[in-house]
Amino acid sequence: MESIILFAPLLGALIAGFGWKITGIRGAQWITTGLLFLACAFSWIVFFTHSPETQHIQVLRWIESGTLSTDWSIRLDRLTSIMLIVVTTVSALVHLYSFGYMAHDENFKEGEESYKPRFFAYLSFFTFSMLMLVTSDNLVQMFFGWEGVGVASYLLIGFYYRKPSANAAAIKAFVVNRVGDFGFALGIFAIFFLVDSVKFDDIFAAAPTLAETQLTFLWTTWNAAELIAFLLFVGAMGKSAQLFLHTWLPDAMEGPTPVSALIHAATMVTAGVFLVCRMSPVMEFAPSAMAFVTFLGATTAFFAATVGLVQTDIKRVIAYSTCSQLGYMFVAAGVGAYSVAMFHLFTHAFFKAMLFLGAGSVIHGMHHEQDMRNYGGLRHKMPKTYWAMMIGTLAITGVGIPLTGWIGFAGFASKDAVIESAFVGSQGGYAFWMLVIAALMTSFYSWRLMFLTFFGKPRGDKHTHEHAHESPTVMLVPLGVLAVGAVFAGAIWYSSFFGKTNEVIKFFGGHYEEPSDALKAAVAERSPKASELKYVMEDPPGDAAIYIRPENTVLHEAHYVPTWVKLSPFVAMLIGLFTAIWFYILNPSLPKRLAENQRPLYLFLLNKWYFDEVYDFLFVRPAKGLGRLLWKRGDGNVIDGSINGLAMGIIPFFTRLAGRAQSGYIFTYAFAMVIGIAIFITWMTLFGGAH
Amino acid sequence: MIEADLTIIMPEILLAVFAMGALLLGVYTTKDKMAPVLVWVTSALFLALAFWIGTTGSGSNAAFSGMFIDDAFSRFAKVAILLSAAAILVMSEGYMARRDLLRFEFPILIALAVIGMMMMVSAGDLMALYMGLELQSLALYVVASLRRDSAKSTEAGLKYFVLGALSSGLLLYGASLVYGYSGTTLFSGIIEAANNEDGISIGLLIGLVLVISGLAFKVSAVPFHMWTPDVYEGSPTPVTAFFATAPKVAAMGLFARVLHDAFGGVVSDWSQVIAFISLLSMFLGAVAAMGQRDIKRLMAYSSIAHMGYALMGLAAGTVLGVQAMLIYMAIYVTMNIGTFAFILSMERDGQPVTDIESLGMYSKRAPGKALAVLVLMFSLAGVPPLVGFFGKLYVLRAAYDAGLAWLAVAGVIASVIGAFYYLRIVYFMYFGEDREDALDTGTPPVLYGFLMASAIIMVVGVVNLFGIEGAAQAAAAVLVE
Repeated sequence: MESIILFAPLLGALIAGFGWKITGIRGAQWITTGLLFLACAFSWIVFFTHSPETQHIQVLRWIESGTLSTDWSIRLDRLTSIMLIVVTTVSALVHLYSFGYMAHDENFKEGEESYKPRFFAYLSFFTFSMLMLVTSDNLVQMFFGWEGVGVASYLLIGFYYRKPSANAAAIKAFVVNRVGDFGFALGIFAIFFLVDSVKFDDIFAAAPTLAETQLTFLWTTWNAAELIAFLLFVGAMGKSAQLFLHTWLPDAMEGPTPVSALIHAATMVTAGVFLVCRMSPVMEFAPSAMAFVTFLGATTAFFAATVGLVQTDIKRVIAYSTCSQLGYMFVAAGVGAYSVAMFHLFTHAFFKAMLFLGAGSVIHGMHHEQDMRNYGGLRHKMPKTYWAMMIGTLAITGVGIPLTGWIGFAGFASKDAVIESAFVGSQGGYAFWMLVIAALMTSFYSWRLMFLTFFGKPRGDKHTHEHAHESPTVMLVPLGVLAVGAVFAGAIWYSSFFGKTNEVIKFFGGHYEEPSDALKAAVAERSPKASELKYVMEDPPGDAAIYIRPENTVLHEAHYVPTWVKLSPFVAMLIGLFTAIWFYILNPSLPKRLAENQRPLYLFLLNKWYFDEVYDFLFVRPAKGLGRLLWKRGDGNVIDGSINGLAMGIIPFFTRLAGRAQSGYIFTYAFAMVIGIAIFITWMTLFGGAH
Repeated sequence: MIEADLTIIMPEILLAVFAMGALLLGVYTTKDKMAPVLVWVTSALFLALAFWIGTTGSGSNAAFSGMFIDDAFSRFAKVAILLSAAAILVMSEGYMARRDLLRFEFPILIALAVIGMMMMVSAGDLMALYMGLELQSLALYVVASLRRDSAKSTEAGLKYFVLGALSSGLLLYGASLVYGYSGTTLFSGIIEAANNEDGISIGLLIGLVLVISGLAFKVSAVPFHMWTPDVYEGSPTPVTAFFATAPKVAAMGLFARVLHDAFGGVVSDWSQVIAFISLLSMFLGAVAAMGQRDIKRLMAYSSIAHMGYALMGLAAGTVLGVQAMLIYMAIYVTMNIGTFAFILSMERDGQPVTDIESLGMYSKRAPGKALAVLVLMFSLAGVPPLVGFFGKLYVLRAAYDAGLAWLAVAGVIASVIGAFYYLRIVYFMYFGEDREDALDTGTPPVLYGFLMASAIIMVVGVVNLFGIEGAAQAAAAVLVE
């Protein structure tokens, strides 16, 4: 069954990609979508039925070379099964949604160019790669999936290949990801160098040893576990668009909207979070690297939220929101609450995919108008989309009943869990406050999006507004399904991801035991309210899906944070909401005046903190300059010049010389011989070994 | 005692008796009318001898107190000499007959030259060396000027003779010095005299250099090469083909024999001279050939360059080096037989043509032959994966292993330069001007067969080089100990 889940999308991709002339365009669409729904159904079955213990399902042997031995094999545990349902569910719904969204496309000549099978083939190929990534049993297979999703992402961002901006965005995504992949690859090499294996089982078993190993790299000596954790996180940064490597994600919105929902919101960009959670046995032994993860995640959450405040492109707002939410996940993982990171990943997949698909529905209804300033008052024109977006917004802003923990929309449960963990993990410091402020801004820009789009008076092109229409059923069904997830996913799985420590450990296939007295005392001293530490993880690293060191009690302590901490995200949400109402319902002229008063700040945010410009100056232009130098001067002048000079100047000269020496007279020939002998004898007399 | 000696040199005696008998027969009977038959009989005898030597010979046997040596090395060289001589003879018959050149002396002279060559590669003594060398040379001087009514052919013969005499003089002078300083003409004695504790004596060293010079003339290595283009151009084409093949193998064999059997203890001394000669030959062969329009002159420079590569193997001074040299020579001879089969067939209205531009768009008129020539040219240039590449690879590896990395690098550079003129022939055939005065397309079946066989060997041979590696290694091991 697991193999079917894995290979059904590949089969679909191959059929749609190469066989659509036989199956027909409709057939290709139905086959890929059908296979995806099959995989989705199987995934849910696997999720509910598989035993909590880690299983290995070997598909085939892949590489045997020296000590490197890699199987193509499925590692089935809780992490995998969570990712399986996330990926296949969203992917299946996006396939279905694409029937409607891709029905007509002005970027291609209708009836002449068959872009639809290509689109569905890419989507299915992406799904296959993503499944490869999440089911991998070793780092090499994971890297295969990692690169596979990169390729699929590249192909889909550049799907409208006639648009220069789409091509540029595709290249940008690819190149920026290369930077991260370089770190990831180095991490894999370091692991293979130290552990002599790329299998997860071996790596996890060796994790405690790694923590005590020193490794010389570049200019200094590092702790092996810290270095590996850091390098792997660099890979995760690229894929998950964390600060410094985030610039590709907003540009990736050049791709069709279903792609944004599937790849750039729900699945691929969360691969980095998945990687950190998967490598938790190593991460647990690398406290400094994890502090860095926390710091960078918190900064990203804050940074992306600020930029999201002022964007006017509906997809870009959601893209920055994604970037920000990924920061939340990294904070949770960074403080050691891997289950919480996975929880937020899980709920986020539902509501963010829904927001994107909702935005796609709006764009579709508004004839590919994406600027929110040209929307307004659309809730009457497209009520179903409106309600879907409303649910998504309620979920992302974290609406729920405070202090209950779980009664609320999906985002409420998971985001509060992240913030509470961050409070414990960072001792109420930087990460916590960044996340709370980010929550405020999240609420503001999400409601801003809602108000600008669905409330107020219609703005922009009158003709477009008159013809605005609700999307077809095939696009609304996925929205409905995702809405169910966005409402209930948090409440249902709250205790599994963020319940009592023993429940979480059990959910992730581990065993728990009584903590040592010393540990109990330490926790009681640190936070008196959380003194009743009853359970810690018993398993050694690698036995359960995630590994939590006994000393890591974040999950336990997060339930006993002060009440004001528990209330803070809710309050932040309310402030954001009311500010948005004030700005965009009560006094719509205010934003403009504020932007004029605070022009430098406004421009700073609008230009995304000038990251692109700085990168352009620091990296892109020097790289281009270097390339041009090597091309024109190095290749053109030096290499071509010297080769041409040699071939057309010097060698013909010698040819003429040799021709002239060949005079035809015997005495010349004899002379040459005698001269030769004279030289040889002189040489041998001087330098030979004679006495 | 004498019986055992005679048994060992039985192939040579047989061939000599045959040559003399045929001469008598020719003079007193039908003269030139029997020439075609004689060509075929001689070739058949060559083949039979090659088969005999190749299959029955075993071990190392010395005759006449070590003056004549029959071992794996000499057998390898003899088989190569006999086979290539047989092939060239068969190929020349039609060409010579059509131009009324087919004298009955031709096969006899070739047979005598071959006896000389067999003597050369078996020489174990300076006198045996000189005997073989002169027997070969005298025969070749005559065949070079076979076309008595042509000034060019006569000139070629004369030049060859005069310069050959000079080189013989040098060689003899060197031989007498060697004898003077070692007290013996036997190689086995010289090697002991040279193996002095304080190093080789200066007189012996000068003698060695002079001997090397004389031999370098025979393999047409720079700076003793200058006769080659003129003689190749002036001689009748079949004779040129012969010059380019069997004598080169014999001279190379003799070269290796003298250097290793007589001076094997002072490798580091002669290795530098050989390496230098090799370097000069490779570059001059590559550079000078570019200016040539005449395919025979071009092949002369090509053979100079190829001798440079073969000498590179010799310069290594190791078993691998000699093995590489033998493999290289075998491959070289095979390629040249095919190439000359094509050159012999280059005719316009029955007249031989040697201008390479006349090949313009030859591929359109004779695609099969053009393809075969393409393969041969690529192989001569050493383009992988053809057999010619592996020959080069062998000598480069030998040179590199012996610490002559600079020579190997130079060899690669020279082969890149040399590729130009081989590829230019291909260029003319495939992209050149389509000419009014095009070449005839008909080819005698014998030439066609050799051309195709050679080209096919260049392609198929990459599988295992037809197993010559093992034989060459055994031969080299015997020589270098």
